[in-house]
Amino acid sequence: MSMICWTRMKLSAAAAATLFLCGLACVPPARPAAAQETATVQISVKNRQFEPAEIRGPANKPIVLRVKNLDATPMEFESVTLRVEKVVPANSEGVINLRPLQPGRYNFFDDFHQQTTGVLIIQ
Amino acid sequence: MLAALIIVFREAFEAGLIVGIVMAVTRGVRQRSLWISGGVFGGVVGACIVAAFAGALSQAFSGVGQELFNAAILILAVAMLTWHNVWMARHGRELAAEMRAAGEAVIAGSKSLAGLAVVVGIAVLREGFELVLFLYGVIASGGSSATGILAGSAIGLVLAALVCFLTYFGLLKIPGHYLFGVTSILIAFLSAGMAAQAIAFLEQANVVTALSAIVWDTSWILSETSIVGRALHTLIGYSDQPTAMQLVVYVLTLAATFGLMKLFAPQRQPSPAH
Repeated sequence: MSMICWTRMKLSAAAAATLFLCGLACVPPARPAAAQETATVQISVKNRQFEPAEIRGPANKPIVLRVKNLDATPMEFESVTLRVEKVVPANSEGVINLRPLQPGRYNFFDDFHQQTTGVLIIQ
Repeated sequence: MLAALIIVFREAFEAGLIVGIVMAVTRGVRQRSLWISGGVFGGVVGACIVAAFAGALSQAFSGVGQELFNAAILILAVAMLTWHNVWMARHGRELAAEMRAAGEAVIAGSKSLAGLAVVVGIAVLREGFELVLFLYGVIASGGSSATGILAGSAIGLVLAALVCFLTYFGLLKIPGHYLFGVTSILIAFLSAGMAAQAIAFLEQANVVTALSAIVWDTSWILSETSIVGRALHTLIGYSDQPTAMQLVVYVLTLAATFGLMKLFAPQRQPSPAH
């Protein structure tokens, strides 16, 4: 009897510990109180072409990239150097948060149609 | 056709690895095929459902619904894997010793199987979601190339299934005596990698912003998008540009898993028989 209770207690301790770990991972730390304003950059995809194929954004500033998919089929916005992979369904918009970037050229493509490519130029 | 083959193989590959590992882990446990195929089936159905609501999902939570969803199911998978390891640390030895015995051990065994079935389902769902959308796009846009693309996709899926069986039979080469130890370690790293991946999604969603500095960049040695990089990414959570937060969570998950396993391992002292 007491063995069973002990086992139960141990198991719930395990559950609690696991939950704690998950909670630890989820709790958002306080954001740096709008220390940096974000820049918004827009791009759209039409007939499997990025429009415009070249976009520009400021360096060392968080950037919100809004990708509008105007085609009737889904696309996946992907960039190795930006560390982004995001499915954008047909006729909708995907929002991608980019952390502050160093100046340079960052290539991206549509993972579902790899000939569809574009570049983000950070200045 | 080749492009489709590569896309499909790349997506299905990770799920193949995970299913192969789970199959090896549950070797000899009764009804495991039922649970694992149930997990795969559930994952496929889930992928179709999520794909059908992809529009709504990506608009949810001001545009970061996809990321939050991915992070949530990954955290669930981490919890299941940790639970499985802890459970095995406690009961694994008895289970191996009296594999034939019916009764409690087997019933309890299927409890742990349920957790692993969830892990399989999540792996299939995550990769399957993109595949469903990709294939849907191919079919919806029709055209003369559709047949070739679908054929390429089918070959890609077959190759991923091959990865699954190679993983399984490769792990079975390990003598039964060591298998438990090896798979426990494998699962611990798998789970830590998933936890780090969940953090990447939360970072992409801007939910986690602390410790966001990139610790190293090894993309020039081993890119995460190469096939070896992908395999290591799945198996041990390799990242070519991890953030500090990802590393912290990775180490914490490993420490918690091994700590809990130690805590729950049965005492070594011979207990007096009742």
